[in-house]
Amino acid sequence: MAYISASVYTSHVPAIGAALDQGKTEEPYWQPLFKGYEFSKQWMQEAKPDVIILVYNDHATAFSLQMIPTFAIGTAAEFRPADEGWGPRPVPMVQGHPELASHIAQSVILQDFDLTIVNEMDVDHGLTVPLSLMCGQPEAWPCPVIPFAVNVVQYPVPRGQRCFQLGQAIRRALDEYDEDLNVQIWGTGGMTHQLQGPRAGLINKQWDSNFLDKLIDDPESVAAIPHIEYVREAGSEGIELVMWLIARGAMSDVAGGAKPRVRHRFYHVPASNTAVGHLILENAH
Amino acid sequence: MALDKPYLDIPGTTIFDTEQSRKGYHLNQFCMSLMKAENRERFKANERAYLDEWPMTEEQKQAVLARDLNWCIQTGGNIYFLAKIGATDGKSFQQMAGSMTGMSEDEYREMMIKGGRSPEGNRYLGEDGDAQPHRQPQGNSHQVKES
Repeated sequence: MAYISASVYTSHVPAIGAALDQGKTEEPYWQPLFKGYEFSKQWMQEAKPDVIILVYNDHATAFSLQMIPTFAIGTAAEFRPADEGWGPRPVPMVQGHPELASHIAQSVILQDFDLTIVNEMDVDHGLTVPLSLMCGQPEAWPCPVIPFAVNVVQYPVPRGQRCFQLGQAIRRALDEYDEDLNVQIWGTGGMTHQLQGPRAGLINKQWDSNFLDKLIDDPESVAAIPHIEYVREAGSEGIELVMWLIARGAMSDVAGGAKPRVRHRFYHVPASNTAVGHLILENAH
Repeated sequence: MALDKPYLDIPGTTIFDTEQSRKGYHLNQFCMSLMKAENRERFKANERAYLDEWPMTEEQKQAVLARDLNWCIQTGGNIYFLAKIGATDGKSFQQMAGSMTGMSEDEYREMMIKGGRSPEGNRYLGEDGDAQPHRQPQGNSHQVKES
């Protein structure tokens, strides 16, 4: 059976990708940020996942306003890094895992989560920046990745509670999968940031710190945070953090297992307009 | 009965809800078209003519021509779509975000390096934080000189 060995949480700021691609990681502005991911890259080499389920949002790249799926799972064999207007990032093609992805789609839809199944799409910085932060700049990504896109662009985005329950449904889907697979689930986006209007640039360190504490120890209370609190306290784009709850909901303790082990915690302000948060939680084995 | 929109009392913030999305559909789809290099070239060659190919309102077209992102957002634009105009102009996301505050690029960047904008006074309309309507535009070049 497939199992979740760990969950990873990280921001996915596009400027981080640009800094990496343009060789700016040693500049004083960026150096502290990339230092915070040194442990993570080492950890990835030891963790050796077979598949990563990568929860992210598309930023008006693959999905325009023509169609706005709330939850979309990528079932293709491969996904191209998108041209977001500056040319595609020089990163490897993303290999999918069509067998596991379609298994998850079938299982999760029967658990009442009406996923949109996507057989063709390009993936933007929301997906490729976390891979770069966790894996560096390899010739090929270390394992197949299942893109799991969540609408957080058009309000209302799915509620935190719904995301948390979806994570639990994904974990149950893995229980039913025949092949033995070491699966990681990543929740990306956030933390506090606002990209629009006279309130652009909002950062709320105290709120972020509390969010990280609670996500580790009391995820149910994080799942109960209403939209209005995200918007008011974390900024209009801080609402991306609901995606972290999908990853957290898939961890064993939510289904009555042991508490996860915190392997890494990092926080840094700023990356461009954004507060960067990062966590690695491992399930007990 | 009307929908509950508790987010309308947050200063300096427009939530891209279904009503804004409906108003801004063609504006945002115009922005989306700038993902293609040939469209960027055609837009840059004659902005007005390119905009006239889209069923946008005159106000939306004026807002785009003025590169006034706050105005674009007011007429239904969403920042992730509007960012395509910025990319066409060669602007970073930080330059775009900063442009909506009235601050210079350096002032905005400095604010972020110092930890960003505080939520204090900026949670509800009627408080006195720097994002409140009565304190716009921000930045040194807009400060009223004391006489």
